[in-house]
Amino acid sequence: MGFLEVEDLKVHFPIKGGIFGRTVDYVKAVDGVSLSIEKGKTYGLVGESGSGKTTTGRAIMGLNNITAGKITFDGYDITDLKQAELDVRKQIQMIFQDPYSSLNPKKRVLDIIAEPLRNYEKLSKIEEKKRVQELLELVGLSPESIVKYPHEFSGGQRQRIGVARAIALKPKVIIADEPVSALDVSVQAQVLNFMRDIQEELDLTYLFIGHDLGVIRHMCDHIGIMYKGRYVEQGTTEEIFNSPQHIYTKRLVAAIPDIDPSQRKKQIQFRQEVQTEYEQSYNEYFDSDGLAFKLKPVSKTHLVALPEVE
Amino acid sequence: MAEGLLEIKNLKTSFRIKDNYYAAVDDVSITVNKNEVLAIVGESGCGKSALAFSIMGLHNRAKIEGNILYKGHDIANISPAKLNKLRGNDMAMIFQDPLTALNPLMEIGDQIGEIVSLHNKNLSKSERKAKVIKLLNKVGIPHPERTYKQFPHELSGGMRQRVVIAIAIANEPELLIADEPTTALDATIQSQILDLLNELKEDMNAGIILITHDLGVVAETADRVAVMYAGQIVEIADVHTLFGDPQHPYTRSLLNSVPNAAKDQTKLHVIQGIVPSLQKLPREGCRFGPRIPWIDSSAHEDNPVLHEISPGHFVRCTCYSQFSFPEESKEDQSHGVS
Repeated sequence: MGFLEVEDLKVHFPIKGGIFGRTVDYVKAVDGVSLSIEKGKTYGLVGESGSGKTTTGRAIMGLNNITAGKITFDGYDITDLKQAELDVRKQIQMIFQDPYSSLNPKKRVLDIIAEPLRNYEKLSKIEEKKRVQELLELVGLSPESIVKYPHEFSGGQRQRIGVARAIALKPKVIIADEPVSALDVSVQAQVLNFMRDIQEELDLTYLFIGHDLGVIRHMCDHIGIMYKGRYVEQGTTEEIFNSPQHIYTKRLVAAIPDIDPSQRKKQIQFRQEVQTEYEQSYNEYFDSDGLAFKLKPVSKTHLVALPEVE
Repeated sequence: MAEGLLEIKNLKTSFRIKDNYYAAVDDVSITVNKNEVLAIVGESGCGKSALAFSIMGLHNRAKIEGNILYKGHDIANISPAKLNKLRGNDMAMIFQDPLTALNPLMEIGDQIGEIVSLHNKNLSKSERKAKVIKLLNKVGIPHPERTYKQFPHELSGGMRQRVVIAIAIANEPELLIADEPTTALDATIQSQILDLLNELKEDMNAGIILITHDLGVVAETADRVAVMYAGQIVEIADVHTLFGDPQHPYTRSLLNSVPNAAKDQTKLHVIQGIVPSLQKLPREGCRFGPRIPWIDSSAHEDNPVLHEISPGHFVRCTCYSQFSFPEESKEDQSHGVS
């Protein structure tokens, strides 16, 4: 039993049409996703744009309405957050992609980080200030920063403010939605290192949503690959990168740019082989609607979406 | 044999901020040859896009000093009318975001056709259409006849970028500037677009300037690489040398901060400090110096220049010869190699 469990999660958005604005169809943004994260581990959710990875994260956070499925956290059912104990919301926090737009430019750092504290904990002004300063120190910013505004910080520093806000209530799970995609490589390194540090320090569990497989490989213990709202493959980082089974995963792994220019020819050839295989065997791996099949175990931890063998 | 297509000499592009001019591109000299991809790599704010815009003459109010020689003719500060003749015909640009680069209200066929007939005035309608279809074919669009009648929103990101490239190559330019052409795209599409650029380079015998922050893209596409930091080129070399034997502290730090599957890193290298803003740039001494404070200041030159340390391999400032990573990350490195 994982620390955070998602069972057969479905998030469908209605398409309205006709003169009465009736629901004519649904966009199945997330269509039957199950995942399980162990305490203190990092689970990577990977997919191309529009695959439903962010919607999955937002649904767990309670930011999207869930059509069907079940989410449990530490044994508690949190599928319907309105009915769940209010406390649960404190335990799961989110880090957003863009540190430039996820911080209110009109607020001081003190107010940004103190906002979750003000919602849940009744602290005096002095206590609050002290807590915020502690948090800033934890994320490696000077305590004097509390009176500054977001524009006075660099991208990496802003992302740290976002992290400080996320960990203010001492959560157990952090959902990080592309936390480094908007950052330069040197800043990215800083944020990734730092996320690992606080993971150890605070025993955090991460759901890391991303599309950069290099970063995912560096950060994650387990990986799920999404395509059109469904899972195509799930396994440990080693299984996904060293023995991908689904053609879609193979193609994704083949597309990672190789940092060694002497491998260029080999890489191009390899990619063409995979592309040919992808085109030839597309019908074997996807159903008539172009969607992935149900997951089937190939080992204890490794699941692949393969068709029923008759 | 490669031949010089574009030669930039001591280019300085400055912007006015409150009555003072600040150089975003400072003393940049590069050459681009035919049938060659020159990658310009650096982080945001290093001046790589400002450099590209200077070449294309897209800055409105910047002060441009130095020479930009296109086939021997200086095109820095020439009149817009003359520049318009060059743009599109001889040189073209591919932008980062294909959605904003296209007109949402025009069919794809008309958008490309507009460019085709702009430089080729006496084409008949059917000739024009034939040419557009041919271009769409060339950039690998699967159903050109159908795409001809579609609007940008009906296409995926990768297809849109192919349309943008089709527009850029419509009049077979000899110089193509691609400003982060794959940053907005998914990984599988990125590799397809990069392959396409490489094909075009050979097909049209064109020189390509590829501007990017992604070292993986550079390793896969470039022939030569120029690394920019704070407005200056700090290292320039062919792609194998740059990745195999990088010298400048900035290049080495950058390469070390990317997650690399070949190394078992628990920690990535972090460059200390932050990129200085345009107004706060140190104008004297080694610009990277403040970010490697553990290196003795005597290692830097007073006025750093590019040194040719082996044929075609230039490094700015003398600090590279005494550079090493601080103890902590050194451990990580040796751990990674073993």
